[in-house]
Amino acid sequence: MLAYALKRFGVSILVAITVSIVTFTLLRLSGDPAASMAGEGATEADIEYVRQHYGFDRPLVVQYADWARKAVQGNFGESYYLKLPVAEVLFERLPVTMTLGALALTFAVLLSIPLGVLAAIRPNSLIDRFALTLAVVGQALPSFFFALILILFLGVKWRLLPISGSESWLNFIMPAIALGYYATPAFMRLTRAGMLDVLSSDYIRTARAKGLKPPVVLFKHALRNAIIPVVSLAAVQLGFMLGGSIVIETIFSLNGVGRLAWQSIQRSDFEMMQAIVLVVACLYIVLTYLADLLNAYLDPRIRVG
Amino acid sequence: MRTLVHALAGAGALLAAALPGSAQAGKATDTLVWATDRDAEIILPLYNPIREVVIMSTLGWDTLLYRNEKFEYEPLLAKSYKWVDDKTMEFVLREDVTFHNGQKFSAEDVAYTVNHLVGEESGVTTRTNVDWMKSAEVVSDHVVRIHLKEPFPAALEYLAGPVVMYPKGNFDNVKEVGGKKDYGTAPAVGTGPYMVTGQKPGEAFTFKANPNYFGGPKGKPQIGTIVFRIIPDPEAQIAELLTGGVDWLWDVPKDKAEQLEAMGPLTVVNAPTMRISYIQFNSSGKNGTQSPFTDKRVRQAVAHAINRESIAKNLVGEASEVVHAACYPTQFGCTDDVPKYEYDPVKAKALLAEAGHPNGFATDIYAYRQREFTEAVIGDLAQVGIKANLKFMQYKALRELVWEAKTAMHHMTWGSFSINDVSAITSHFFKMGRDDYAMDEEVKGWLDKADTTVDPAMRKEFYKKALAKISGEVYWLPMFSYAKYYAFSKDLNFTPTPDEIPQFYNASWK
Repeated sequence: MLAYALKRFGVSILVAITVSIVTFTLLRLSGDPAASMAGEGATEADIEYVRQHYGFDRPLVVQYADWARKAVQGNFGESYYLKLPVAEVLFERLPVTMTLGALALTFAVLLSIPLGVLAAIRPNSLIDRFALTLAVVGQALPSFFFALILILFLGVKWRLLPISGSESWLNFIMPAIALGYYATPAFMRLTRAGMLDVLSSDYIRTARAKGLKPPVVLFKHALRNAIIPVVSLAAVQLGFMLGGSIVIETIFSLNGVGRLAWQSIQRSDFEMMQAIVLVVACLYIVLTYLADLLNAYLDPRIRVG
Repeated sequence: MRTLVHALAGAGALLAAALPGSAQAGKATDTLVWATDRDAEIILPLYNPIREVVIMSTLGWDTLLYRNEKFEYEPLLAKSYKWVDDKTMEFVLREDVTFHNGQKFSAEDVAYTVNHLVGEESGVTTRTNVDWMKSAEVVSDHVVRIHLKEPFPAALEYLAGPVVMYPKGNFDNVKEVGGKKDYGTAPAVGTGPYMVTGQKPGEAFTFKANPNYFGGPKGKPQIGTIVFRIIPDPEAQIAELLTGGVDWLWDVPKDKAEQLEAMGPLTVVNAPTMRISYIQFNSSGKNGTQSPFTDKRVRQAVAHAINRESIAKNLVGEASEVVHAACYPTQFGCTDDVPKYEYDPVKAKALLAEAGHPNGFATDIYAYRQREFTEAVIGDLAQVGIKANLKFMQYKALRELVWEAKTAMHHMTWGSFSINDVSAITSHFFKMGRDDYAMDEEVKGWLDKADTTVDPAMRKEFYKKALAKISGEVYWLPMFSYAKYYAFSKDLNFTPTPDEIPQFYNASWK
């Protein structure tokens, strides 16, 4: 297990370094950062001052090495637009996005796994059809549109939940549903398919033949094996949710990292964009790593293979 | 059991406190919440040019003079003022004014503010707001002089607008970023009717009524708290307005405003603004861009081909009006006494034929704002044979193209920074600057004289000459004034003003 964990850790580090190099290079290629930072109406002299002051005149490799050295120490530089340390702004916004991502994932899992299990126990039944309908709708409905439907009913018509802002935990319910619903179909179908597969296997037949109670067979024997791919998917989906909450954060006026990313693109805030991409990518990498370890723990064949 | 009941009751109370019904907006909480989609990180006046900061500056800060709803100037922080000569103004200041930090307001503060703002390193974002001043000097405790670089008749307009007063020392201990002082991070302290009490950049800014406010033309604050919230999504803004989370919105699209009005619980107003829509032609072939629009008859044909009245009333709003001169009618020096072009497609076709285009021609038309307005223009032009291909882009991108004179024809808008003086619009477009496509020396000469003459009658005369030639030559086709839809709580007394600077300090609950 330790060898497997170390090997996966090494791979994760390499992915993180690759992401940072690609991000750094692409951002530098997307335009002259000095011209963007100098702003409208800046003279050549102003741009040159910024270029020299921020070290944009140095070779790209040197700039990257300098940035990476500081980033490792948690120093992502200073946002030229906000005039604040990037790390300070980013970590101030991160809890909002993390809360949203965690709640959205919880919603998706709580809705999809029971439905997936029920659909697998009673294939082609009414509950199976209901789960299928829910999955199709979830896949077809764009999250921004679903968000507006939620606002219309839960916010405006029935006045059950606040519409925008992040003052209380109630503010997160609608965004979490809107964000989580999109991930639900994949979880549900994977759970259903996994359960159907496992339930028809020999060891389940044996467990039943031994006279074990149906809930024990279902949850202790079947679900534990059927859920392995769902764990991997959950990690991937949480990564997507953290990185892809731009639209939802904008609609519900949540001041999280997604909105910060959008604002930073509009402001050509290079330092901020770079840090956001790296931090979100690292979260994604960490989640995938943890999912790998969990899978290896749940299914020893993985770590052996 | 008792513990369980208590626990449930406690949880219920917490839930009730967090429910949307307890939103901190409205008459019941004496809190006016207004929202827009524009991000504001810095709210220091002159350090962030966005409109929302201009609005907030009228709450937290005061100017030496005040421009009233009739566009007349009244003393505000000054008790009186006089022109000492063409380049010197003297102000006698009020003695009963205190800054929000308790510091007494005096001539020292005015001199400090002006001398700081005019400095090369002051970091003021729109330099035209302060560049006309040279310096300020203290004459006595409550008398101060401002020295101008050149005679500048629009000085009163700026002193009643963007040039707010800060306390002495306000910019002395600011952060340094990249080796330069970042003055935008200075304390948000003014003398205004409201005090900044909460700053959450990107989310909300809170202003509380200043209990020691002296009154003056702005009057004593009527509402206890005013909150500016940033809600990027327009649908969420409207949903918040409908549910009482927000009390005031503007820039509501016409169709939505009409729906809101029909629903009943809100006041919906369509009010004029100083922003005007215009079509500009590369009439001089600037930068070698050749097009049919270098021919005056073609430009006149376009002017006759567009049904401006129909666009104004049917698409923009009831309060929108067709504009004939290259300025907004209330601006000093603006006159309607210029050549006019009524909607006449037959005449337009005749003019095109005369110019050698009996079957019309194809061209690109560039635009950045309200696509539907430009599409209506394209429809009208098609009726006379001009096939205009729409190139719709972001403002910054289009502005770059215009500055490089790469467009033959573009449809844009100008808000004059709410400056009620022709120098903020006509002089901007016709004094050989980056936005000047006409490059007419005669027009520039008249505008130069009007911009630097202190005598109002002379100014009007020169502006009239320039405006008449601009319209006669159709260098720049004024289209219509913009009208904004405002939607706000029925509990609120609020009157929109054409300068697009809502006077929240004058608002009150019914």
